[in-house]
Amino acid sequence: MFSQRLSIAVLLLCAIALAGCEPSAEPSPESTSGESTATAEETGQQNRLVVYTSRQPHLVEPLFEQFTAETGIAIDYINDNEAALIERLAAEGENTQASVFMTVDAGNLWLAEQRDLLQSLDSNVLDQRIPAALRDPEGHWFGLSVRARTIMYHPDRVDPGALSSYAQLADPAWQGRLCLRTSRKVYNQSLVAMMIERLGEAEVERIVTGWVANLATEPFSSDTRLIEAIAAGQCDIGLVNTYYLGRLLAEDAEYPVQVFWANQGSSGAHVNISGAGVTRHAPSPELGQRLIEWFAGDDAQQKIAASNFEYPAVDGIALDPIVQQWGEYEADGANLKIAGRRQAEAVMLMDRSGWR
Amino acid sequence: MADHLPINTAGHPVDARLSFADRSSNRMDRLRWLLLLPLLALVGLPILMLLLSWNQIDASIWSHLSEHLLPRLISHSLLLLILVGSGVGILGVALAWLSACCEYPGRRWLDPLLILPLAFPTYVFAFIYLALLDFAGPVQTFLREQFGLSPAWLDALSSPIGVIPIMIIAFFPYVYLLARASFASEGLRTFEAGRSLGRSPWRVFITVCLPAARPAIVAGMALALMETLADFGAVSIYGFDTFTTAIYRTWLGLFNLQAATQLASLLMLFMLVLILTERATRNTRAMQSVQSGRASGLNRIRLGPKARWLATALQLLVVCIAVIIPAFQLVIWAGPELHQLFSADYLELIANTMLLASGGAGLVVVGGLLLLAASFRAGPRLVLFSEVSAVGYAIPGTVLAVAIMLAMTGLDRWAGTALAGGIGALLLAYLIRFLRVGWGPLEGVAARIRPQYFEAASSMGVGRFERYRRVLLPLLRPGLVTAFLLALVEIAKEMPATLMLRPFGWDTLAVHIFELTAEGQWERAALPALLLVILGAIPAVLLIRDSWIGQTRSGVS
Repeated sequence: MFSQRLSIAVLLLCAIALAGCEPSAEPSPESTSGESTATAEETGQQNRLVVYTSRQPHLVEPLFEQFTAETGIAIDYINDNEAALIERLAAEGENTQASVFMTVDAGNLWLAEQRDLLQSLDSNVLDQRIPAALRDPEGHWFGLSVRARTIMYHPDRVDPGALSSYAQLADPAWQGRLCLRTSRKVYNQSLVAMMIERLGEAEVERIVTGWVANLATEPFSSDTRLIEAIAAGQCDIGLVNTYYLGRLLAEDAEYPVQVFWANQGSSGAHVNISGAGVTRHAPSPELGQRLIEWFAGDDAQQKIAASNFEYPAVDGIALDPIVQQWGEYEADGANLKIAGRRQAEAVMLMDRSGWR
Repeated sequence: MADHLPINTAGHPVDARLSFADRSSNRMDRLRWLLLLPLLALVGLPILMLLLSWNQIDASIWSHLSEHLLPRLISHSLLLLILVGSGVGILGVALAWLSACCEYPGRRWLDPLLILPLAFPTYVFAFIYLALLDFAGPVQTFLREQFGLSPAWLDALSSPIGVIPIMIIAFFPYVYLLARASFASEGLRTFEAGRSLGRSPWRVFITVCLPAARPAIVAGMALALMETLADFGAVSIYGFDTFTTAIYRTWLGLFNLQAATQLASLLMLFMLVLILTERATRNTRAMQSVQSGRASGLNRIRLGPKARWLATALQLLVVCIAVIIPAFQLVIWAGPELHQLFSADYLELIANTMLLASGGAGLVVVGGLLLLAASFRAGPRLVLFSEVSAVGYAIPGTVLAVAIMLAMTGLDRWAGTALAGGIGALLLAYLIRFLRVGWGPLEGVAARIRPQYFEAASSMGVGRFERYRRVLLPLLRPGLVTAFLLALVEIAKEMPATLMLRPFGWDTLAVHIFELTAEGQWERAALPALLLVILGAIPAVLLIRDSWIGQTRSGVS
């Protein structure tokens, strides 16, 4: 009898220990994080800034380090995909440690703003330096680099004279020659969203259905693989962000794929941004603003342009030689907010057209 | 340890079964519920968050989903279930039977290698094989340029359905591992018994050995199939639409987390129904009549001269495809950076990975034991709720992470705690996600424990607690080891929940892989992927060694 009771007691203890284990495992890490915010507040939040970013660390970390060296403000960042970061910010609410949210694609920034996760900045520096199309009119987010998504082709098999616009890729002449990336990628969703704004839903649905009919193979999961497929002859043309080609050209200057600037003389080539905003409940909004303004400075812009073959957001910054060889182009001047506002519409349209 | 086992049980068999049934009466049930409830509360909170998403239904989204996505993803999911299920089942069982019960050239070398695919994250297999086999990859380029060939089967392997063989090579070790343990302990004895009745070897295998190993095989297949349905990495690399890709599309593309969560809870319910159906159709009599204990003095089956080499060839082929080629490719990609292997940065990542994985695995094993205690030969309601506690394995990692995040921040707001940013939230995520990995192997082992052992012990006047300690725990030991090591490997590979819930400074190798591959440049992640594989290989090898030791010991006793 005794042993029976003992066994029940022990098992119960185990259960309680397990149940208690979660909360009781807490104090150490959480108290340290609690302390660090407390000390940040005590010292007037002078020395630490937390950034949530979906940008690859090897692109932003050197810039963060330089910022720290110049200003004495240490940066801690958490890297994750943008959707998870947005949910994290939303869930944390007032308790968030993050002062800056930095990501790619205007759609994501727009979503963060829609969910009231970003605060509006009043910054003359940013308003002057960043072109109006590349920032939120109310100052919730600012583009810090520009990425162009345009047509790429194999010079041996395609006469650039036959290319003109995104819409023209729906022409049956391209049957079995087009490669696309999956419509899951936000870059394509933004492109379609911007087209809907300009051409209307019915017309864009016709175009996208035409693209799908022209596909040489199933959509790819990455732009790099798509470019490689053009080079290898699986298809002749595709829609790609230019910096992906830049990376391949950096390894092999003779890489047999070329850039064609779409919609020149009409709406301009589709561009998107990487950008940032200060979070709604930022513990140190001034530092956050300072970081974003620093990213818009000549020095940082130069480094952004050099590191990933993207285009700087600020005018008058020298381009990387590889980027320069693609020539001047006219970019779509519509405000990128639209990319976010019409994204869900775009996704549904792509579903209807059978773009996987 | 073996000498603690009550060997002579011949006198009690019938009574023992009865008394077991008696014990699952009221008092025992109450105790079981006491064990289950805390676990259910812990695990159930995030699951409740998922179910709460149904409080509002967005009709326009659902009409869009049901028209354009649902038919496709349901048929895709079924296709995955059937093909991956039969693939891992056949491959896992065949390899397990060969290595546990047969003799053929090279067995001792090939055996331990078959477990190594577990060390590879599925997305690593996916990006390696897609890079190798697609149109622009080296294999097709070589064939095209040298011989003007472009074989259709290579095209098929690099098209979306190519993800199916990837999942088979990634997940068959679950079946292999659990089935092997089962065959090793009773396969030869049942086989010999069947043969002595004059039946053909095949018939004996199908009608006697397979049913005897069924709980283990099913536990392995359940793990494999739940992994399959919850996978996001590999299916998105291959562009194969499933529930998970639809969940992400709804969340990221349509900005509707609620509908995404609803989809996720559908997936969860679907898996639950599947598992419970299997349980309901299980032939319990066949299971209990199985003689357990170690095969002693039985020799491995000698295969015919051709069959021996076929067995070797099959194992060699699997090892090449699922271990050697991918490992080789990673080394080639990582080549220029290999010297960083022991840099401080990587050492920190390794330390974090190991700490989180062993902490999480410990929790998972404790949770698995509680589940086992609650559900072992229990009534249907207890089993149902045990299954509910373990359903986290079928929830895609990110969705689960969001649910935990919401549950934790909700709790924080309500109770004024600060759980959300802490490491406890992450460990809880591991517990919920991998509870089944802890429970499955324990159940597989427990199913083979004869009630007579207990009866014998109690007839010798051994108290209940002592019975648990001296009889049950030693018998469960192989299951405990398997559960811990499996959970260790799984957690080390886990990416989405770790990404979302890790506190500052807790970056792991998987997190680093994410950081390097965010833009689809997979080769850049070769070094951390290689490290992760090496790290995962250690527990994997331990797993196999443990089962070897078990066998040698049985040979002695």
